[in-house]
This record gives sequence, C-alpha cells and structure tokens, in this order.
Amino acid sequence: MTVLLLAVGAAIGAPLRYLVDQLVRTRHDSVFPWGTFAVNVTGSFILGLVAGLPAPTGVTALIGVGFCGAFTTYSTFGYETLRLLQDGARLYAVLNAAASVAAGLGAGSIGLTLARALHG
Amino acid sequence: MPDPNPSAVTGDDLRATRRARWRQVLPVLGAISVGGVLGSLSRYGVSVAMPHEPRDFAWATFGVNVIGCLLMGVLMALLEYARPGHPLLRPFLGIGVLGGFTTFSTYVVDTLRTSAEAPGTGLAYLLGTPLAALVAVWIGATLTRTTILRRRREPT
Repeated sequence: MTVLLLAVGAAIGAPLRYLVDQLVRTRHDSVFPWGTFAVNVTGSFILGLVAGLPAPTGVTALIGVGFCGAFTTYSTFGYETLRLLQDGARLYAVLNAAASVAAGLGAGSIGLTLARALHG
Repeated sequence: MPDPNPSAVTGDDLRATRRARWRQVLPVLGAISVGGVLGSLSRYGVSVAMPHEPRDFAWATFGVNVIGCLLMGVLMALLEYARPGHPLLRPFLGIGVLGGFTTFSTYVVDTLRTSAEAPGTGLAYLLGTPLAALVAVWIGATLTRTTILRRRREPT
C-alpha cells in the first residue's frame, strides 16, 4: 500500500514540477532558474508540514515521499547551477545555490513550526 | 459583404489551438509522470535499505542526490554531444526518472532534523550535499563530453 501511494504522489509531483517550471519560464525571461527554485522551496515547506504533523504512514508516503520527493529535484538544481558556472555567470551560480538552500531551509522550518503549532 | 476582420480568432479556433497544444504536451507529461514514479520508487528502495536515525548523517538521501546529479551530467552531455535520440528521452529520463530519484525537500528536512540533534553532523550534511552534487554533475558532464569527442576524433 505504501508503495502504491508513493507511486500516486510521484505520478502527480513530477509532471507538476515540469508545468510549474514552464509557467515560470514563460512569465520570467531570466538566466536565474526561478522555476526549480520555486518548486524546491514550495516542496520543502509542504514536507516540513507533513514531517511536523503526526501523519499516518499512508499520508507520509503519498505526500511526503511520493509527491514532495518527485516535485522537488536535486539533479536539475545541480545541473542548472553548473550551467550558470560554465556560462560565466558565477555570481548567479553562487546565488542560486545559496538562495535555494537558505530559502528551502526557511520554508521547511516554517512548515515544521506551523505543523507543531497546529498540532499544539 | 466581406468579413470586416478576417484575422479575428473565433472561439472554435481557440479551442482547436488548445486541443492541439494538449496533444503535444500530454505525451511529455505522461513520460515525466512514469519516469517520476520509477525514480521515486528507486529512491524509496535506497532509503529502506539504508535507514538512519535523525542524529546520523542521512547517507541514503546524500547518495541518491549525488548519484542523481552524476547521471544528470552524463545524460545532458549525451543529449548535447551524441545523437539527440527520441524527443521524449529527456523528459522521461532527465525530468522524470532523475527528478523523481533526487529530492530537495528531504535534503532540507533531514538537515533541519539532524541539526537539531547533532549540529556538527547537520552542518556537514548541509554543506556536503550541494558541494558533492555540483562536483558530481561536473564530473558526469565532463567525462561524457570528453569521451564522446575523443571517439569522434579517432578513425574507425
């Protein structure tokens, strides 16, 4: 059952990441990879929420491991950072890495804190 | 009487355009979805095989993210320098499989949890993952590109 729920979450999360990235690309013509930044920060917030709540195993598998795991990505984050470095946009590369990690940690902590506050 | 505005877009035209766009996008979304499931199940398999306590370094997620980055470097160099392959190959393998295999959200929550219990380990994980990931993606891309270009130069 865990595997099935995980698969459902991933089946939704991965294409949603692509759609968000496309949407961001059409609205912001920028060298900074805002699309990946947005999904990674949003996904970190959602996972923080799920991790902070006493969620049943099924919910963790569906939303946490499946959806958030597939919605967020490290490989594209790494690749885009490398591309920025190789294209000579060193400042953007460093900013992308630092801002993604910092904003992700911030979003994750807010999610965790909010979950604990809600749960009381 | 001639049409006063021959280029006017009717509702039917709009619907047809939208349908055509979905026909283009749906196979891509399908490929990403199936790839994402395969990648995520593999990540789950690794995490079950290598469980960790909150105070310990999350080796499973670290390994998955670094290996995923290495493979992403290989894949992107292959698509760029070797034959382009099927148009759905990049969405399936890159955005789907590797995107589903690697995870940013678990990296974040692992970092927060480990830092709360063992700050030193948390810091090592926090900094070690992006550094190793970046080196891995660079090694994957560079080795693949060099191999392809060298083979191309060699007479067959």
